[in-house]
Amino acid sequence: MAILDKHKILETNATLLLIFSFLVVTVGGIVQIAPLFWLENTIEEVEGMRPYTPLEMAGRNIYIREGCYVCHSQMIRPMRDEVERYGHYSLAAESMYDHPFQWGSKRTGPDLARVGGRYSDEWHVDHLRDPQSVVPESVMPKYGFLENRMIDGKYIADILKTNRLVGVPYTDEMLENAQADFAAQADPDSDYDGLLERYGEESVTVRNFDAQPGISEADALIAYLQMLGTLVDFSTFTPDASR
Amino acid sequence: MSKKPVQKGNEVETTGHSWDGIEEYNNPLPKWWVYIFYACIVWAIGYSVAYPAWPGLKEATPGLIGFSTRGNVAADIAEQQEKLGPINAKLEAAELTAITSNPELNAYAVSAGAAVFKTWCAQCHGSGAAGAVGYPNLLDNDWLWGGDVEAIHATVSHGIRNEDDDDARFSDMPAFGDDYLEAEEIDSVVNYVMTLSGQAPNDAALVEAGAEVFEAECSACHAEDGTGDRAQGAPNLTDAIWLYGGDYATIKETVTFSRSGVMPPWSAEASEAGRLTEAQIRAVAVYVHQLGGGE
Repeated sequence: MAILDKHKILETNATLLLIFSFLVVTVGGIVQIAPLFWLENTIEEVEGMRPYTPLEMAGRNIYIREGCYVCHSQMIRPMRDEVERYGHYSLAAESMYDHPFQWGSKRTGPDLARVGGRYSDEWHVDHLRDPQSVVPESVMPKYGFLENRMIDGKYIADILKTNRLVGVPYTDEMLENAQADFAAQADPDSDYDGLLERYGEESVTVRNFDAQPGISEADALIAYLQMLGTLVDFSTFTPDASR
Repeated sequence: MSKKPVQKGNEVETTGHSWDGIEEYNNPLPKWWVYIFYACIVWAIGYSVAYPAWPGLKEATPGLIGFSTRGNVAADIAEQQEKLGPINAKLEAAELTAITSNPELNAYAVSAGAAVFKTWCAQCHGSGAAGAVGYPNLLDNDWLWGGDVEAIHATVSHGIRNEDDDDARFSDMPAFGDDYLEAEEIDSVVNYVMTLSGQAPNDAALVEAGAEVFEAECSACHAEDGTGDRAQGAPNLTDAIWLYGGDYATIKETVTFSRSGVMPPWSAEASEAGRLTEAQIRAVAVYVHQLGGGE
C-alpha cells in the first residue's frame, strides 16, 4: 500500500517522526483548549470581581508559601451538601484573578472559598496562634509565628506587575501606589481613601487585622481570608442554570 | 493473546514490516475485544449527543437530555425546600416566644438548630456550645445580651460589634490604660473586682481604693454592685463566670486594654453569600435557648 510505504519514511527518520508527532498532539491540544477562548459560557461575567489589593495579595502569597492549599480547598462544588455547609457554589469568575488558582484537591480542613466574614479577626488570630484553642478537634498546626514576622510590602508592586503580565487588570495607578495601599489597608488611622477609590469602597475592608501595631504576615493573611468569597453579591446575581 | 502458539508461516500472516530481518505477526484481535471497541465508539457518539459536548461558535452543544450540574443542584435544593417548606413557613410565622411551647415546632427547631449550630457556630462556641476563652459559653445562664429566645434571635441575626450590620449589638469598654486611669488606680480596681466574685484579692489593702474607682468609672455600665447591664452587654462581675479569665493578670489586661469580641451577623440581609435563612436563625436560637441557660 502506498500510504504505508510513505509511513516508512517517517518511521525511519527520527527527527521527522518527532515533528509529525508534535503536529498530531498539537491538533489534539487545539481542539480541547482553543474553544475555551471563545465560548461565551466558559467564564460568565459577574459583578463585583476585582483584583486583589496589595495586602490581600501578600496574604495570598503567604497562603501559598505555607501550603494552606494542601489541606484547604477553595472550591465549593455544585452539590446540595456543600452549598448548605459553605454557601453558594464557586463560580469560575471568582478565580479569574488567581494565578495560580487555589482550588486545591483535598480537604483535611474545611473549604475556604467563602470563609470571608464568617469569623471575626480575633478568631483568626486565636485560630492561627493555636487552632485547638477554638476548635479542639482540629489537627491544624500552629501559625502564631506569622504575627511576629513584620512585612513592609517593599516588593509588592513587582508582584502586582507580574500578575498584570498574565492578565490581571492592575492599572498604572495601582502599581504606583502599591506599597502605600499595602500599608493603608492594615491601618485604620491612615489615609486610605486612595485605596478604596482604586479597589472599590464596598469590597475593601481597612482594619488592623491582627490587633497589633505594625503590619505582620498575620495581617496580610487575615486580610486575604476575610475577603475570600465576598466579592460577588449573590443577592443580585442569578446563575445561568445551563452552564 | 491466543493460547495456541502460532508458528511462523503457518496460517498467520505478517504485517510485511521487516526490521533487520525481524518480521511482525498480524494476528487478528480477539472478537470480543473488537466488538466492545466498536460498541464504545457508538456509545461515545450517543453520549456526546445526549450531554453537553461539542464546542460551537458561541457555546457548546447543550445536549439532548438537558443535563446541567447547576440545574441538578438547584433541583436538589428545591426538592429539599419543598419537603421542609411547610414546617419552615410555620416556624417563620410563629411568635418567637411561642415556639418552645409548640411540641411539633420545638422538636423541629431543636434538631434543625443543632445542625445549624454545628455547621456555623461550633467553630467559636465549640461543638458542645461550651465556648472558649473569648467566646461565650452558651450552656450556662450567664448572658451578656440576654438569654430569652428573642434576645438570642437578635444576637444571631445581627451579631456583635461587626461592621457588616448596622443593627449589630454594640458596646465599647474604654481601654483604661489609655490615659484614663493611673496605674495604681487600675491595680486597685482590679483587686476590688476580684472581691466582687468572692475571690481573695491580690492585695487586700487596695480593695477600698478600688471600690471608689469602680463606683466612679465602672458602675455606669457594670452597675454599682457589679452585676452588669445587659442593655449594654456589660458582663456581670459578681459571678465566677469569666469570658476572658478572672485571675488578677487577666482582669488587669481587660481593664488596661479593654476587650471587644466580634460576632458576625447571620441574617440573609446583613451578610454576604448564602448565610442563614430566617427559619434557620429561629431554629438555632431555640436550640441555644434549650441548651441549659435559656430564660
